[in-house]
Amino acid sequence: MKQAKSTTSRRSFLKVSALASGGIMLSFNFWAEAKPLPGKQLTDSKDWVELNGYIKITPDNVIKILNPNPEFGQNVMTTLPMIVAEELDADWQKVVVEMGPHDNVKLGPQFTGGSNSTRMYWKPLRDAGAAVRQMLMQAAAQTWSVPAEEVTTKAGMLYHEKSGKSGTYGDFASKASVIPVPKGVKLKDPKDFKIVRNSKKNVEGLKIVTGKPLFGLDYTQEGMLIAMIEHPPAFGMKLKSFDASETLKMPGIKDVFGQKLYEDGYEQAGFDTRTFNDLLVVVGKTTWEVMNARKKLKVTWEPISESKETIAGFRGKREVIVPAGLESTSTQLAKMVEYSKMPAEQLRKDGDPETAFKNAAQIIERTYTAPFLAHNCMEPMNFFAHVTDDSALLIGPHQAPGWIEPTLSKILNLPVDKIEIRMARMGGGFGLRAYGHYVTEAALISKKIKAPVKLVYSREDDMTYGIYRPMYTATYRAALDANKNLIAFHLKGGGIPEHAVHANRFPAGAIDNYLAEGWAIPSNITIGAFRAPGSNFNGATEQAFLDELAEAMGKDPIDFRLELLKRAKENPVGKNNEYDVDRYAGVLNLIKEKSGWNNPENKKYSRGVAAYFCHNSYAAHVIDMLKKDGKPYVERVFSTIDCGIVVNPDAATNMVQGAVVDGIGNALYGELTHKDGVPEQNNFNRYRMIRMREAPKSIEVHFVENNIDPTGLGEPPFPPVFAAVANALYKSMGKRFYSQPFSKEIGGA
Amino acid sequence: MAVFNLNINGTKQQVDVDPKTPVLWVLREHLNLTGTKYGCGVAACGACTIHLDGTAVRSCQLPVVAIGSKAVTTIEGLSENGDHRLQKAWLEHDVPQCGYCQGGQVMSAAALLKSKPSPTDEDIDAAMSGNICRCGTYVRIKAAIKTAAKL
Ligand code: FES
Ligand code: FES
Repeated sequence: MKQAKSTTSRRSFLKVSALASGGIMLSFNFWAEAKPLPGKQLTDSKDWVELNGYIKITPDNVIKILNPNPEFGQNVMTTLPMIVAEELDADWQKVVVEMGPHDNVKLGPQFTGGSNSTRMYWKPLRDAGAAVRQMLMQAAAQTWSVPAEEVTTKAGMLYHEKSGKSGTYGDFASKASVIPVPKGVKLKDPKDFKIVRNSKKNVEGLKIVTGKPLFGLDYTQEGMLIAMIEHPPAFGMKLKSFDASETLKMPGIKDVFGQKLYEDGYEQAGFDTRTFNDLLVVVGKTTWEVMNARKKLKVTWEPISESKETIAGFRGKREVIVPAGLESTSTQLAKMVEYSKMPAEQLRKDGDPETAFKNAAQIIERTYTAPFLAHNCMEPMNFFAHVTDDSALLIGPHQAPGWIEPTLSKILNLPVDKIEIRMARMGGGFGLRAYGHYVTEAALISKKIKAPVKLVYSREDDMTYGIYRPMYTATYRAALDANKNLIAFHLKGGGIPEHAVHANRFPAGAIDNYLAEGWAIPSNITIGAFRAPGSNFNGATEQAFLDELAEAMGKDPIDFRLELLKRAKENPVGKNNEYDVDRYAGVLNLIKEKSGWNNPENKKYSRGVAAYFCHNSYAAHVIDMLKKDGKPYVERVFSTIDCGIVVNPDAATNMVQGAVVDGIGNALYGELTHKDGVPEQNNFNRYRMIRMREAPKSIEVHFVENNIDPTGLGEPPFPPVFAAVANALYKSMGKRFYSQPFSKEIGGA
Repeated sequence: MAVFNLNINGTKQQVDVDPKTPVLWVLREHLNLTGTKYGCGVAACGACTIHLDGTAVRSCQLPVVAIGSKAVTTIEGLSENGDHRLQKAWLEHDVPQCGYCQGGQVMSAAALLKSKPSPTDEDIDAAMSGNICRCGTYVRIKAAIKTAAKL
């Protein structure tokens, strides 16, 4: 991170801006400006005037907006600059976008996760755009000797109506840059939005479809070497010794060595992952040569013994037991059954659920399970590092460089301001790229070999490294009285090595007697955030259970949910209910309408509905299945979403469609199993991913229209997809599905 | 090591590599054509799709020694200015999310349109199911192929 610049005075900054921006441009030309203008060749201008961290303007009125946040497909490269451009009142046609430098002082938190990108940048980016617009208006007013209030703007132009004067933003950029940045500038009324809420094409679209080098794995530079790490074949194993003599004879190989990731006693930060701490590193000239040479390694692995790790996460320090042993899926499943019968930690209790269950006329109890899932980002983990005695340059795909920077500083023994991280476009992230192992590994390898190096994970390395979505189970129980009223609800969830229970989510708050409990089984298989962590199982199972419950109570599944929400609105039970009743009901009402839920014409489909709240937004889906050769498949999907103001509607629609496909794929096929610690799937020929032929023909997405500030979109649509699939499968096959992945029970291919 | 004279995107290129080196890595690391992506290395994801004399092949499983004088086309060479009808359709439908798979998707689609100018849904499913999109852009890919077929 470069921290010095913010202390430079604006005037002196302007003077050095040619140099500074030239330098930045040079170092950034790998991911230079996006969105080439039709017919306009953008040359690297040394005349960029920086107006604040996000905005630069040239005298010939090209406006550059820096995207602050890491891009992993959520389209922040387009969406976030749109927010700036809106308040700046810029002409989108004249805007070019560039990935910003990693600089948390100038550009904010810079992380992609928790569906937060748009949510957390909405206000700061509006402020940034509005402030610069104001500065330009003042600059024009001074030049024209007119009151600033009389200056107006439109699409990158400044006007003074009375005198008939006008000019471009570029004309006044230089003058504006020395005006103090105003605070608290009035923002636009949403009804006046011209750019926000109007779909804009992906600014990197052309580069993507012409194969330009955008991704970390594409990065290269003179003298760069390639490193790969040979990790143990099984969780629960570690490196004992190796003989690299044959490997070193292979063409292109430079070095083979053992390297510790963290020294003994190192206190891990929350994202300092280390599935395997003893690294066996092979360095060579090209990836293919290193891949080949690895096959000649003679390695002895040994079992780990139990250890304790101290992890200092967001919620303070915690001790994690890493048990010894080689785990298998079959024994893990048996263990989960055993644990689910034991007392668990109480997470929430309303009323008197014990008595209610005792007095129940009918109890419905169902148990659900789901396997570990690998993230399987299409671009495997990789990172470039060039570490010298007094500086470090790191380039690559990461969701939150600021979370890894302090770790790099510690292990490289370099101050933070000597570490520069550049953010490459990511070939997917899904949570995995918030973790730091591959970044710190790259840095340590470069430091050791004293050369620029790109660490590359093969697909097999990537898929078998761990940091998986945990393995989960949950047992739901509902108590009905003699009149089939729901009188109590009990959720007991467990997992390896953590459970997925979100105790304060719906239907908590809508049922008088409610109990939520959780338990966990320690494991040496590592886990991490995976698109809507916890929620992706909590939502999947709760919404399948509610479907079954509605049926038992003789109710329509949508109406049943709406009834519960009505109860939670009028007379909420307990405290800390996380969800907003009206927004939740809103997506249900909208899905009812948009899917033609009660339209008899839709009877030919086996229809499954589900809804969920997580990461501050609301989603509902109706999945329509048909059969082909006697087997169900998803024909079409309807989705309704309330994520507040939708900045870039078509891109948002794309993301929801992606979440739907992702959900269908993981519900039907996703699974990472183990045998004696060895992952049984290590590449896409064994790990089944959803493909074109299994994708729905159409996914129709509707957003609830309101003026709520954006509340997040990447994750919320994902969890309820699993349940909508399960509920549709029930309609199609006449039996309920409790164990993911469902395709195993459907049978056939 | 051996010297190979290759015909890549209409240009003669010479590389000196192990004959078994997959064309994927020759393109990416010897010729600096990184539009062809590594996704699996076992012909199971389609990210590395190129054309060999107009036919879509997975370059990760194609040793450089096997291509002889056949013409290789990569995503960088599909059109001169990014104006192949599929590229246009891709932009019109704003298909990509992360974008990593998309070069391979476009190359598979281009080979499909060559053999089947007006593909049905089933044709598209058959030709495109070797290409994984982890971000789940399949609906848009299909729509873009249909649009391109009409251009
Ligand atoms: S990299 Fe060739 S098919 Fe996956
Ligand atoms: S767009 Fe991300 S893998 Fe296809």
